[in-house]
Amino acid sequence: MALPARSQSRARPAAPLPIVILAGAGAAFFIIPLIGLLLRTPWASAWHELGSPEVLAALRLSLLASFSATAIGLILGVPLAWTFARLTFPGRSVIRALTVLPMVLPPVVGGVALLLAFGRRGLLGSWLATAFGIHLPFTTAGAIMAETFVAMPFVVITVEAGLRSMDTRFEDAARTLGASRWTVLRRVTLPLVRPSLVAGAVLCWARALGEFGATITFAGNLPGRTQTTPLAVYLALETNPDAAILLSLVLLAVSLAVLIGLRDRWLGAS
Amino acid sequence: MRATLVAALVAIAAIGGACGGAAPAGPNPSGSSGTITVFAASSLTAAYSAIGNDFKKAHPAAMVTFGFGGSSTLVAQIEQGAIGDVFASADQANMQKLLDAGLTAEAPRVFAQNHLEMVVAAGNPKHISSLADLSRSQLVVVLCAPAVPCGRYAAQALHDAEVTVKPASQEADVKAVLSKVALGEADAGIVYATDVKAAGAGVQGVSIPPPLNVVADYPIAVLKDAPNATLAKAFVSYVLADGQRTLARYGFTSP
Repeated sequence: MALPARSQSRARPAAPLPIVILAGAGAAFFIIPLIGLLLRTPWASAWHELGSPEVLAALRLSLLASFSATAIGLILGVPLAWTFARLTFPGRSVIRALTVLPMVLPPVVGGVALLLAFGRRGLLGSWLATAFGIHLPFTTAGAIMAETFVAMPFVVITVEAGLRSMDTRFEDAARTLGASRWTVLRRVTLPLVRPSLVAGAVLCWARALGEFGATITFAGNLPGRTQTTPLAVYLALETNPDAAILLSLVLLAVSLAVLIGLRDRWLGAS
Repeated sequence: MRATLVAALVAIAAIGGACGGAAPAGPNPSGSSGTITVFAASSLTAAYSAIGNDFKKAHPAAMVTFGFGGSSTLVAQIEQGAIGDVFASADQANMQKLLDAGLTAEAPRVFAQNHLEMVVAAGNPKHISSLADLSRSQLVVVLCAPAVPCGRYAAQALHDAEVTVKPASQEADVKAVLSKVALGEADAGIVYATDVKAAGAGVQGVSIPPPLNVVADYPIAVLKDAPNATLAKAFVSYVLADGQRTLARYGFTSP
């Protein structure tokens, strides 16, 4: 997507007024609700609310589950992205569409689909239960699975785009110099798409951290085991809105810190 | 460009104003015409939809639209300025919040009661007959979270029965408990009698005897800022009178 050299070298154009107005409205649309949250935050009781064991358990579980989901998302998603970017085989576009479907599927429906597949009476779940005694619903593993299901498509899409836009002549050169396919992948391809890998991982992690619908449907809601922070926020809204707001802010602060930090460190140059 | 934007905003404001202002004044001065919005607890979905249809038959010039949701969610929306005429809650606590905020036009009246029931798979394969059975260790039991009314009531019933249950999950609402049992993920749950009735053939109810059973009161009230208070009052009266038969059909009992 490189711009022609002419337009790049031209002096920066003055922004047209409608663009400035609309961009301002767009930014305000995101920022004003956050200000609303901040203004309503009960700072005085913040320490007390956040120190409660249930809140700490939810935060701990959220971090564990979102990072696990990101790890699984990378382990399975990167090979998938490579397959879509580099191989042609019949039905590729259909399979590709199916693997990114969770991005548009209502998460609750995703949760029901997971139950029908991995639940006690599900397609694979009944076999897992009788053969190995593995039960996924109502477990932390189930929560990680639900988050992975919803978040992994971000890895697939981002890394596939990176692989497609990358200059494959580097790979060809490495191969002609005698590097094995595995070495080319490890030493040439993956380093070249590192910005896409990082961006995909960050998006995947952020999506997993905020996941609600699939998790509550597939894994249920039990403090310490499957109650991640978004679930705790949702239930706290019923009885203790102050705790819900504080918990949301913590979630926000953590993700903002990670997004800003990673962007400057890894993506700033690209 | 900006002129168009301003014109559009003015138009939107005018439409909004027209809606708010025109609603009470209908062609029929007796008040049984126009439109009302009824906010009702999600457990009332089926019963109120039926009552709404009957009400429209009795008042051909009237239009009733429903907003169903969790009682506490609805209260939060009304507190934040959602415009409606009537609120029907699944518990007294949430109605009390509106009363305390001065958002009701009248004293709430209890129009129905609901009982707890255990819900199990059709045919009751695990032979669950009492609350004490729920403490069996190999059973997967799901309850509502303690934060929502059904979870509060279930906890009270279990406490009164001196039964300790380790739930596999504390669901966010009754429907989630029901679907976990209907899908076979859970062996049993505690829900409202009306939910078992609405759930169909996949599940069945196991009744909880009266001394241990907790009764949920459903209060209704006209809202203070009701755009069509006359029709709202007519609807509330209808629920308290003719609506009782419909409510009974859906598993509610009369107060």
